[in-house]
Amino acid sequence: MTAALRFDPIRLPPECEQLRKEVRAFLAEEIAAGTFDPHQPNREDTDAPEFSRRVGAKGWLGMTWPKKYGGHERSFLERYVVTEEMRVANAPTRRFFVADRQSGPVLLKYAPENIKMDILPRICRGEVCFAIGMSEPNSGSDLFAAKTRATKTDGGYLINGTKIWTSSAHIADYMIAIFRTSPPTKENRRHGLTQFLVKMKQPGIEVNPIQQITGQYEFNEVVFTDFFVPEDHVLGEVDGAWKQATSELAYERSGPERFLETYYVLTELVRAVGKNPDTRSAEGIGRLVAQLHTMRRMSVSVAGMLQAGKEPVVEASIVKDIGTVWEQALPHRVRDLAAFVEETATNRETLENQLSFAIKTAPKLTIQGGTTEVLRGIIARGLGLR
Amino acid sequence: MAESENIVAETAEKIFADLADAQTINRDKNGAWKAPLWQALSESGLPLSWVPEDCGGSGASLAEGFSVLSAAGRFAVAVPLAETMLAGWLLVQAKISSPDGEMTVAPASPKDRITLNADGSLSGKARGVPFAKAAKHIAVIAGDAKGLSIALVDAGKCRIDSGLGLGGDHSDTVTFDKVQPVTTKPAPKGFEQTHLMLMGGVARSLQIAGALESMLEISVRYSNERVAFEKKISKFQAVQHNLARLAGESAAALAAATSAADAIANATSFNDEVFLEAVAAKIRCSEAAEKGGGIAHQVHGAIGFTIEHILHRYSLRALGWRDDFGSESYWAVELGKLVANRGADELWPLVASR
Repeated sequence: MTAALRFDPIRLPPECEQLRKEVRAFLAEEIAAGTFDPHQPNREDTDAPEFSRRVGAKGWLGMTWPKKYGGHERSFLERYVVTEEMRVANAPTRRFFVADRQSGPVLLKYAPENIKMDILPRICRGEVCFAIGMSEPNSGSDLFAAKTRATKTDGGYLINGTKIWTSSAHIADYMIAIFRTSPPTKENRRHGLTQFLVKMKQPGIEVNPIQQITGQYEFNEVVFTDFFVPEDHVLGEVDGAWKQATSELAYERSGPERFLETYYVLTELVRAVGKNPDTRSAEGIGRLVAQLHTMRRMSVSVAGMLQAGKEPVVEASIVKDIGTVWEQALPHRVRDLAAFVEETATNRETLENQLSFAIKTAPKLTIQGGTTEVLRGIIARGLGLR
Repeated sequence: MAESENIVAETAEKIFADLADAQTINRDKNGAWKAPLWQALSESGLPLSWVPEDCGGSGASLAEGFSVLSAAGRFAVAVPLAETMLAGWLLVQAKISSPDGEMTVAPASPKDRITLNADGSLSGKARGVPFAKAAKHIAVIAGDAKGLSIALVDAGKCRIDSGLGLGGDHSDTVTFDKVQPVTTKPAPKGFEQTHLMLMGGVARSLQIAGALESMLEISVRYSNERVAFEKKISKFQAVQHNLARLAGESAAALAAATSAADAIANATSFNDEVFLEAVAAKIRCSEAAEKGGGIAHQVHGAIGFTIEHILHRYSLRALGWRDDFGSESYWAVELGKLVANRGADELWPLVASR
């Protein structure tokens, strides 16, 4: 077979079910205490520092990392359970999510020991927030066109330039960013970019929030002016950031957050149609649930491969492609079906408010973290077409 | 996949590769390939994979049998292998030994019902029964006031009106007009006609997923050979993105079908969780047959629309298999009802239980 795609039927091990109960109980307590409202994904309180610390205290941040750095040496599948339960509950994960999923693993792999010992335990305690500095005003999907310069100076680098669409930069304590240390070469246009750890909230960094079409301020413009980064904040190989990106993508792209972002409208639709749906509603809900179940099984399968030490880059890209297209369409399909819901449904207003927010959220889902077009390019390469 | 699954599946793959090559079959207008293929399959015990040795079968596990069906899908096998396996499985439920030769099952649709009369004969009509014309025996679920029974029926005693499915394989109407079965035994306690529909649906899901794997393979290969506008069409981004979507549909079908097969192979009953797995597979694989098959044809252009080309062997069968043992629309309604009945806050726990 040309395309040996593997999606083995991985099952979550028994210890995951105990953990799931603990996470659900914790979230129920938080909801009861008023930390967040699972029915209102459009809340303004998505940055919840105290909640972040309580999640850390539970041992649910840095779950797979070495104990030496504050981690818990648990499996990738256990982390999966925590992630999906938080997402389905619409828990306010913004403060810790990026650090836990992405930035921590990068530091583990590339940061010097003193930095690992300093920062990783604080991520695990839910104390620090990370942003990722990739896109620039003239370089989005085309990552390797980045122009923000890191110029060598005594003991480090001076940074000049602008990052944009940087989620959470306005609350972040750190950013992991790529900056240009050399021009690209004729042979390799990806050459010349270096990954850096940047300490935020300092002179020389200006963060300008950008309002999104949902009304929220999640992403930002970040302007660097002669900002100094010490030598030991280089992560990995100078000029070689392009070699470091690919293996992390599988982690970033296959998680439950890649199909559950608008899940809440499906729950609310099921509530609105009641116990005895008409044929059209039942058929519509049945299809959506079948699609959801399938994606989750694909996503768990990829998590199992990651746990087994494999690098399922193509499979992960497929999960994100299908998952984000699905979660983008979901509010529209739910809207189709909600048109037939009785006017008297008690949660009608909740459903309408949710739909309004989800429909406004939808366009970003196939853009953030790798556009559909980029993903399909990766899949095509995996198929041997490029 | 355990080692032994691989051995059974590898045996099947080897037979298909030797005797069910799509090009050879596609050129053979007389069906001369069928007898040697069936003979080889029978000699290897594959049609009665799910029948224990003391009931005349080869006693493979459910998982091993499912892996044979995946392979059968990859070769778009057009003999009643899946049907005979299902018939053997059904007969085993009532501890009825399987005879030699081709079999099929009835009903093959969740809406049809066969009645067991007081004199032991069967009455009723089963539509869309795959390969009934080719079958020597039919394994039947029939009901009376006391419950369900399972019967082994001589196909020659039934009225069989020929029909053809989309793939050109027989999909017939079987009329039982006071037909006396060879054997009838009560179905075990708790057994429902739905269970046969779910087994049949998972079999079809695996076959569709297998056919999609092959459609992806031959479409990728074709795109790397075919030159248009002075370059291989695989170099056009529009074609690449279409093939990436086909890979996604193939992957979704594979994941859904193998997950459902795994669920049934390890289940002790057909509970809500197994129901979700089985019908989700049938729904999602059927959707993938449409979307994925459509892309495979688009990539091939006119040549894929010809009877000489092998693509239709996979694409049309995959589309036709959607209709067997309950269509995706039928199961979507049933799944939607189940979800609604359990209530909104029980949906996520159901999904997360898998």
